[in-house]
Amino acid sequence: MAAAGMLMVALGCRPADPGMVRIVSSLPRTGAAKQQTDSIVRGVRMAIDEVGGRVGSFRVEYLDLDDSTVAAGQWTSEAEAANARRALQDPDVVACIGPLNSGAAKVSIPILNFGDLLMVSPAATAVGLTKPGLGEPGEPAVYRPVGRINFVRVVPADDLQGPLSAEWARRRGMQKVYVLDDGQVYGKGIADLFAERCREIGIEVLGHDSIDARAHEFKSLMARVKSLDPDLVYFGGTVQSKGGQLAKDMFSAGIDAVLLVPDGCQSQTFIESAGAAMLEGRCFVTFGGLPPERLTGKGAAFVERYRREYGESPDGYAVYGYEAAGVVLRAIRDAATKDRRAITAAALAIRDYDGALGRWGFDDNGDTTLGALTVSVVREGRFEFAETITASDMADEPPAE
Amino acid sequence: MSAVFLLQQCLIGLTNGGLIALVAIGYTMVYGVLRFINFAHGDLIMLGACAALTLVGPLGLAPTGTPPTAATWLRIAGLVLLCGLFCGGLNVAVDRLVYRPLRNAPALAPLVSAIGVSFIFMNIGLAWIGPADRGFPQVLPAANLLPGKGVQFGWKDLLVVAVVVPLIAAIMTLMRATRLGKALRAVVQDRTAAALVGIDIDRAVGTTFFLAGFLGGAASVVASLYTNTIGYQMGFQSGLYALTAAVLGGLGSIRGAVAGGLVVGLVRALSTAYAGERWAGAIVFALLIVVLVFRPEGLLGRRERERA
Repeated sequence: MAAAGMLMVALGCRPADPGMVRIVSSLPRTGAAKQQTDSIVRGVRMAIDEVGGRVGSFRVEYLDLDDSTVAAGQWTSEAEAANARRALQDPDVVACIGPLNSGAAKVSIPILNFGDLLMVSPAATAVGLTKPGLGEPGEPAVYRPVGRINFVRVVPADDLQGPLSAEWARRRGMQKVYVLDDGQVYGKGIADLFAERCREIGIEVLGHDSIDARAHEFKSLMARVKSLDPDLVYFGGTVQSKGGQLAKDMFSAGIDAVLLVPDGCQSQTFIESAGAAMLEGRCFVTFGGLPPERLTGKGAAFVERYRREYGESPDGYAVYGYEAAGVVLRAIRDAATKDRRAITAAALAIRDYDGALGRWGFDDNGDTTLGALTVSVVREGRFEFAETITASDMADEPPAE
Repeated sequence: MSAVFLLQQCLIGLTNGGLIALVAIGYTMVYGVLRFINFAHGDLIMLGACAALTLVGPLGLAPTGTPPTAATWLRIAGLVLLCGLFCGGLNVAVDRLVYRPLRNAPALAPLVSAIGVSFIFMNIGLAWIGPADRGFPQVLPAANLLPGKGVQFGWKDLLVVAVVVPLIAAIMTLMRATRLGKALRAVVQDRTAAALVGIDIDRAVGTTFFLAGFLGGAASVVASLYTNTIGYQMGFQSGLYALTAAVLGGLGSIRGAVAGGLVVGLVRALSTAYAGERWAGAIVFALLIVVLVFRPEGLLGRRERERA
């Protein structure tokens, strides 16, 4: 008997604990994204603490997994796949929060899809992960081998952020833009959407390059950008893919254009690595949703509690970690069973969620119904709220010349 | 595009090339005496940059936005010296602890150990400066030193030239015109014969590691002041291009490493300018392959004679 038990443990087939559910997260816990993921994990823990670590008749356990390696400094396919398999094989795991990166989501969604294991991402925004017809051919069906959805996200996808960023540029009177990206799923995806929308609304795209995210410096590239004299430089990428260095080299080269970056760069690490003085007043960052200081109701209460507990203001992603965990807890409560498929179905059925981000729900693809884009500007070393744009502000017609 | 643009790209390329050359000399010198590629060299430079970040404040160097004074230059020189000594010392220690016991082991043993040392260095760097890229103080202002708005050549570019050129000249003179240099060259040519005429091989190898580390440390300071960002993973990229430069120029030849560094820097800059940033790496390595097909010994390397 004991030997059989040991064998089962060795094979990873522990018997399930009927009184406990386990939630895992798979996020890059080393490298440049650490600050963002620290805040997400804190958000998750706060959501679980708020319900006293219990939901329905279950005790909730939380396991914080790392999908990055020290050597890579960012997420790796191997680590993300290993985390997914580990979650799948652990019978107590009922939901996975993550991943942070869209590229990582492409790896883990199909693995967890086999178990109908719910994934709630606080940050992966590439359109193809959920939306048919907008990403690569075959997306998102390729991620759903069993034909059912198991991946939802609490953050608006890039089909909002990219085009609305172009809209913002038009409103600011920009006429010539230079587009750069890091060549990754998220960065290139959002940069393509931005460039496409720019062309549609009559903004000239002077060039579109992918950078080598391992390079130390981009002086040659910036000399080239400077020679074309753009009004705005867009970088589709993250703080992990050299956003900071790019900004530094851009302003050092004497380019007096505005720099616009997406939410992947919304981190204090970005400002620190670029140098606050360099970015002052001329670097703008877009973010799907509202910044922490603009949240109201439950969101404001979350920010307040976060400050009290951790002695610092939350990163932009913290509230998404909190919201993702809230959605998971709600789905477990609604399903009232440990059955993974029932919990996933319960999450997808959430149409009216009263959370820290406001009142929202999931649509049929598993995307949030929230649609605001916040633009912040760097002032005195911090992101300062500049304005909010919503999808209804988007001009349908090109502006009259 | 215009001639000014071309000139600008060449300047950027040569400046970067100088930095690559300084690191490449480290690879080539160690290869010369031991016939093995020190894969940890790039990460040694990363540790040099960490040391520079730690020392830059205590040495009184801070961003001012004004042209550097004589005192600033003196402090930078001090920083270069200290980080050079740090990296040189560390390199000697690693040779003593790791490579020397493996001196007579099969060639793969030190090679694999070097990869191990590289990982150890990376983890030390991670513990030292943390996982995120760190900004390095902008000690030198971005102002242009050349008249007009065309070509940019700033204080940072001047710094690279002011450190790299004298150091390369010094190492070449040392190798050519001193007794020590003669001994090192003898070890490069034939270790056994050098030992037979009374040269202390272990001391020669230690000296080589020290010189390679010193140049690497100096390069790390200049690179930090030049790009103003350091990170625990920077060693990979520094190492990769420098190793390419050393192979391109001919492993074992210091002049080859310098030429290789300048060529790699130039090709990178021009590829970025005319073919796009994402092709730069591919073009550098394509060039390497073409050169090695027609000149397997590298641009300035000597063909190795078969030993009886």
